Amino acid sequence: MPTIAHLRKGEKATIDDFEVEEIPLKLLEMGCLPGNSVELIQIAPFGDPLYLNINGAYVSIRVETAQKIKIDRIQNPES
Amino acid sequence: MTAKQILNVALIGNPNTGKTSVFNQLTGLNQQVGNYPGITVEKKMGFCKLPYNFKANILDLPGTYSLNASSIDENVVIEMLLNKNDHLYPDVVLLVTDVENLKRNLLLFTQIKDLELPTILVINMADRMKSKGISLDIAFLEDQLKTKIALVSSRKGHGIEALKELIVNYKSLSTEPCLNASSIDPVYFDSLRKTFPNQLLYKLWLVITQDVNFLNLERNEIRSRHTRSHADLKRLQQKETIKRYQFINDVLKQGQTIDREKATDFRSRLDRVLTHRFWGYVIFFMILAVIFQSIFNWSKIPMDFIDTTFANLSNSAAQNMPPGVLTNLISQGIIPGIGGILIFIPQIAFLFMFISILEESGYMSRVVFLMDKIMRRFGLSGKSVVPLISGTACAIPAIMATRNIENWKERLITILVTPFTTCSARLPVYAIIIALVIPDQYVFGIVNLQGLTLMLLYLVGFTMAVFAAYVLNKILKIQSKTYFVVEMPNYKLPLFKNVFINVVEKTKAFVFGAGKIILSISIILWFLASNGSGENFNQAEKIVFEQHREKPLSNEEFSNAVASQKLENSYIGQMGKTIEPLISPLGYDWKIGIAVISSFAAREVFVGTLATIYSVGDTDSEDTIKDKMKAETNDETGEKVFSFATGISLLLFYAFAMQCASTLAITKKETNSWKWPAVQLVLMSGLAYIIALTAYQLLK
Repeated sequence: MPTIAHLRKGEKATIDDFEVEEIPLKLLEMGCLPGNSVELIQIAPFGDPLYLNINGAYVSIRVETAQKIKIDRIQNPES
Repeated sequence: MTAKQILNVALIGNPNTGKTSVFNQLTGLNQQVGNYPGITVEKKMGFCKLPYNFKANILDLPGTYSLNASSIDENVVIEMLLNKNDHLYPDVVLLVTDVENLKRNLLLFTQIKDLELPTILVINMADRMKSKGISLDIAFLEDQLKTKIALVSSRKGHGIEALKELIVNYKSLSTEPCLNASSIDPVYFDSLRKTFPNQLLYKLWLVITQDVNFLNLERNEIRSRHTRSHADLKRLQQKETIKRYQFINDVLKQGQTIDREKATDFRSRLDRVLTHRFWGYVIFFMILAVIFQSIFNWSKIPMDFIDTTFANLSNSAAQNMPPGVLTNLISQGIIPGIGGILIFIPQIAFLFMFISILEESGYMSRVVFLMDKIMRRFGLSGKSVVPLISGTACAIPAIMATRNIENWKERLITILVTPFTTCSARLPVYAIIIALVIPDQYVFGIVNLQGLTLMLLYLVGFTMAVFAAYVLNKILKIQSKTYFVVEMPNYKLPLFKNVFINVVEKTKAFVFGAGKIILSISIILWFLASNGSGENFNQAEKIVFEQHREKPLSNEEFSNAVASQKLENSYIGQMGKTIEPLISPLGYDWKIGIAVISSFAAREVFVGTLATIYSVGDTDSEDTIKDKMKAETNDETGEKVFSFATGISLLLFYAFAMQCASTLAITKKETNSWKWPAVQLVLMSGLAYIIALTAYQLLK
């Protein structure tokens, strides 16, 4: 199953699921919840961290956290 | 009117919502910054006049994303809201939100509403609605959220008067919660309610999930009867968050429309450049270079002015007052001491100004994003960049700024290495030594050699901080879970008023805090330098007279010779002489030794100490401290005391040595152990000695 870490720059997806224990509460409060949209805006130089738009909130998180958040329906920016 | 005339108003909101701008608009310069008792969280209070003769004490609580606290700053918010007996317990809460992030900001709003406090929803940055294509159905939102809404623009000062009207009429606000959060687990919450029928359900829930004190109710009692595993609680918190977002999404679907077409992509265009893999770093380093060059160049004139003014003042005090101990205390102890404090103000003010601009504009988060991967190689976090940059102003607020680093190991390493960055207390030391040993010349037409040296010293500090972090990362065996969540706020033009107030407050706090130490050390030094025991001190006139029996001196030469004979044999002269064997391999004489000793309480004392020492030696000259230092020669060799080698050795010593009692105290407070400040003191000062020794021996 793909995770946020699989997104390419500019791609959007829907957050599917994750293990609550592994995700900081702060991220949930920012709107990182199942069913919400996520867009990868920018990847930092050297590939980490990731700059995301989650449900309208702009946050950056490290790849190791992104790998724990499963997503579905990746959409291309053009489609 | 029988109602209370002075209201308690609390400002609560997410970071980056312009909460402090609203606070500044309400209170102006009627502010007091202090600390919460026992902890080092900044407590900002202000006073505000309201319509109909009402007045308000406004409390600006630390920014938080929710009532689930993950730091002591956030804990302050919860403890304040749970403690009805606190004399600042709010009569009304102003919940500040940013119109562009309403969805996320409303999460905290729904939590505050569950505490059944009268709450006004302040929607800030309303002036941006048009350009962002946002429109709001205020009547609908007020009805659904069971509140009153104030649309304000704290940048332009719009809506503040209307907000004041709402505050006065706080009694008409509904205190009903806007959703029923307990439906996430009805059985659990029902049993809670039955056990504590007199308590607010949401308060109980906060006590169970947070580490806060709760009045007379024993937390253990609540917990033991209603135990849940940690994982269970977190799952419930997630459910609670989802529940709240569902409510918010539903409300906003009807109450808010956003025309995406209109949302300009200024932000993304700027991000593309500022976080670019190459240009991002170039821009960052250029910004740093401009900051350091301008601090040195811009503060030069006011600093020279302060220096000269105090030299003249000291001189005229000595001439116009009747001679005696009091005059000496004033002209040689107090005036140079105060001058030694005031001379800081230009540099500190410029530094705080730049840091405040970088934070206000939203750029600091981009730097965190750019630097995280690189910093992690050294055991730091991207968030360590903020303390390391703030450390250029002062290590104390910088160490406090490490609190938002969630990973304990990364945070501890950041605390330990932050004092290596060049704080403003080192600046006067650097400035005077650079002016003495580095020529005031330009290379390539534009780069000033003195400015360049200063920038190199900053780089040396950063490099040592990063290198020390790398070593500590290898040595320290601490396992802690990493996580890293950084909000990327919108770019904003920094507001002059906010920057100005910030600069004034920070400079004031720094000057008065450090000022007390500097002034008292100056007076002690004056005493130690003008008193002594033994024949060499008490019989100074006689001894000098005997020495020059064959070739009598002029009056002026004679009194100078007596003064320096006295200084050399005063208490402080003896102290300096005692440590001379230890410091002469570094190129320092006993006078510099005295300055180094007194710097162990605080580095900035160095210049003041030298000022005092040289004033004691020579009272009736109008020379500035710099001129006096330049003229100093070694009695035996006749060479200049401040040679190039000694200058560089001193610069390096001050770059690395831990000479700040306040930093050690804050490290103890933040790490909760004496072990870490001890590590800082021994390692940093040892390193400084070895490096200064090596440099002097190579250069002399």
